[in-house]
Amino acid sequence: MANQIGNYSLYIALVASIYLIFQSYKLSKRSSKNLDSKIFSVLSIQSAMILISFFSLIYVFIISDFSNETVYNNSHTTKPLFYKISGTWGNHEGSLLLWLLVLTIFLFIFLIRSKKQSKNYRLLTVLFQEVIIFGFLLFVLFTSNPFTNLFPIPKEGTGLNPILQDPALAIHPPVLYLGYVGTSIIYSSSLAALVCGIVNNNWAQHIKKWIIISWIFLTIGIMLGSIWAYYELGWGGFWFWDPVENVSLMPWFCLTALLHTIIVLEKRNLFKFWTIILSITTFSLSMSGTFLVRSGIFNSIHTFANDPSRGVFILCFLFFLIFLAIFIFFIYQKNISKDLSKTFIISRETVILVNNLFMMFFLSVVLIGTVYPIFLEVINGLKISIGPPFYQKLIVPFLIPFLLFMAMGPKVKWIKDKFEKINLQQFILLIISILISYLLITRYGENYLFAVPLFGLGFFLLFFTIKDFFSKYSALPQKLAHFGFSLFIISVLFNGILAKEYSSNMKVGDKREFMSKTLIFENLKVIQKSNYQSLVGEFKVLDHRNNLKFNPEIRIYNQPKTLTSEADIISTIYSDNFLVFNVLKDDGYYNVRYQYKPFMIWIWLSVILISIGGILSYFKKND
Amino acid sequence: MIKNFKFIIIALFGFFLFIVLLQGLDKPNNYSPNNISTKIETKLTARMLYINKEISLGELIKKNNFSIINIWASWCLPCRNEHPYLIDLQKINNINVIGINYKDIEINAKKFLKDLGNPYSEILIDPDGTKSIELGAYGVPETYLVNSKTNEIIKKFIGPIDDLKFKEIVKLINNGKI
Amino acid sequence: MEKFKLFIVLVSFFLIFANNLHAQSSDRVNKISKNLRCLICQGQSVYDSQSDFAISMRTLIQKKIDEGKNESEIYEFLKNKYGEWIIYDPEINKNTFLLWLIPLILFVFGGLLIIRKVSIK
Repeated sequence: MANQIGNYSLYIALVASIYLIFQSYKLSKRSSKNLDSKIFSVLSIQSAMILISFFSLIYVFIISDFSNETVYNNSHTTKPLFYKISGTWGNHEGSLLLWLLVLTIFLFIFLIRSKKQSKNYRLLTVLFQEVIIFGFLLFVLFTSNPFTNLFPIPKEGTGLNPILQDPALAIHPPVLYLGYVGTSIIYSSSLAALVCGIVNNNWAQHIKKWIIISWIFLTIGIMLGSIWAYYELGWGGFWFWDPVENVSLMPWFCLTALLHTIIVLEKRNLFKFWTIILSITTFSLSMSGTFLVRSGIFNSIHTFANDPSRGVFILCFLFFLIFLAIFIFFIYQKNISKDLSKTFIISRETVILVNNLFMMFFLSVVLIGTVYPIFLEVINGLKISIGPPFYQKLIVPFLIPFLLFMAMGPKVKWIKDKFEKINLQQFILLIISILISYLLITRYGENYLFAVPLFGLGFFLLFFTIKDFFSKYSALPQKLAHFGFSLFIISVLFNGILAKEYSSNMKVGDKREFMSKTLIFENLKVIQKSNYQSLVGEFKVLDHRNNLKFNPEIRIYNQPKTLTSEADIISTIYSDNFLVFNVLKDDGYYNVRYQYKPFMIWIWLSVILISIGGILSYFKKND
Repeated sequence: MIKNFKFIIIALFGFFLFIVLLQGLDKPNNYSPNNISTKIETKLTARMLYINKEISLGELIKKNNFSIINIWASWCLPCRNEHPYLIDLQKINNINVIGINYKDIEINAKKFLKDLGNPYSEILIDPDGTKSIELGAYGVPETYLVNSKTNEIIKKFIGPIDDLKFKEIVKLINNGKI
Repeated sequence: MEKFKLFIVLVSFFLIFANNLHAQSSDRVNKISKNLRCLICQGQSVYDSQSDFAISMRTLIQKKIDEGKNESEIYEFLKNKYGEWIIYDPEINKNTFLLWLIPLILFVFGGLLIIRKVSIK
């Protein structure tokens, strides 16, 4: 029953989409001042339908209705309730329903919150967004329907991967999608603004809220994914430059650039072309990301089940949306008043352009690194791999000037400023920063070419932003976000350059000495849990100051038959101590890996600070 | 005019991207390095299972026209399934079947052969898996069909030998004879 | 201002003395295996993976290091066996120069655009 409801709601939503596309187009040609109430009511119906569909899917997951093929493939009666629910969006079909939900609800909220804007602008936003919704509805209904029936009805599901049964991973997709899919509204409204010829500071003030909201969720969403990778996957890393990770990072660079550019548009009515281009690009990157991870073009532990035929559909849809945007851009670009003025070289506007330059550079590095292997293989037949070394080599050197600009940038005035001779205070700060980093590196770290300047400028930014808190100008959101970023850079550097690790094959009773510490494999316990067998290792890591006890686990699941390794992480403000062990073939021997990660928790805390900066910005009253 | 020109350039570039990505979808994304080194690593040396002596792969290959080098282990389930095909292959006159016992315990390996039959003229042991890496293998079971005279790898089979692969091996040998 | 200077001094002390591990030369096996792709797992590095292949690889790398081979020799050896694909760091050759060049070109291009937009007056 719920299966049918879920299915038919989608068809109703599809019809609503067609109606809305035609009606909004028609009405935009009319001269009446108010939005036709029909548009609003049909959109409400559509939103309700998608909601009903989404909740129907959740319902069949909760009751473990295995006549639904998606539930059969992704759930199991013994799964805890929380993970049955989160299993709804942990698969390809269900996550597409989540896409549709965010697309529709965001449009609905947009319509409610934009009452002060012109009618045509709102209608055209509906039009463009509904084009996207229509495409996704087609995709879901005809290639990835979550409401397909199975007969005869199986008694049990094929279970969800136990690695995916984790709280961070459960909420990672919804949060990420609010950001990721939220960029659709920016795309639609930017195109609408372009056609209506209202790309100006007033529009910037209105769209800025949407950009901030999208950005906050995208930032937190990416962080949640990293947290899950770190705590759950047992490798001690939090970012692997895996294609699927890159795909969420790319819109983030673009959105961050847009976040800064929209400020210029709002304050000074400048950079109109560029703002629109950024808006289109951000959503295009989101769509491309969806294509890349679902089409099977990559192999990665993150990708969904591969199906090239779905890939063809998304590819065509993606290029359709991009061409639509480019087409509209070329036709209506005359609506944007010519902006021949130049900005003064030392001004906040220029500094923001510099920010954009770096953001676009980082974006291009990640984009090209991710898709280059595809192109090389098609053109040359050659297969190469592009992994962390590539990204690090290109990004790290450019981080150094970027950090410097980030420190000085917010201090530059709008329109025109003077290049003050660097005052003594700033110079002293710079020297102290470099000294500290030099001491740290030589005492604790490996010899790494960029370590000292990186650390030095990281600290410089940190001290600079702290000093800023005492100064009289407001702009607390920006200060907080920049401060958070400096903390983020420093924590990542600490982890990348000053972390230590040790691994060895051990059996119970073994002792290993390394780096003035002793690692003892004391005991191994076998415990039977509800849906897995648990091997708990009891380890001690001793040094002259600490006595750390670890209890990492190896879990043997039956449904499906998998082995997972759960690391034991002791987190404090100062560092994380990380221990994980894995089964080896030789009976009784386990591969034991210990890692010492200084200031690990600050990586997450700093991202939270950055997001709080964003939240404060959202609620800030415009002066 | 200039605007049109820009538009056309962008459109063409976009079209190029589209085609490349479309082609990219067809490529299998699980890379199996089938055609890297075309010659078998004859210098590979290891201890034999039944004789406590070291010997090089090159010496073992010399007998017969074709060699089949099969990487197996007693704990590997698909190896069990493919074993009968190896027994059959060994019966063919021109083939010399050599085994490489991968990350195994000798007692278990010998028991495996006692239970299921021994198609191998000789077996080299690879207790830590590093010898197989010298061959360019990465899993078990894996099988190489080698031309003994030239040491060329005619074909590499990743995964267990099944009916299809068996027939292919026979065909390749018959073609080679002529 | 005085408070701020004190704060800086405190932070410096804290950072320098808080964590006390001796500097260690990097573990070369780990470094190399982080740069190698695990061919079975399709998406993990040899360092991260716990598959048979990865474990054997790490043993092999250790053996090669003990034999006195340096990093590039080990990479060459593995490239011969498995192809370029196994190495995560794409070297700069005629196939990959675009990979490295395009972002840099874009950066310069973007810089030029900004310079055009900006005036010194």
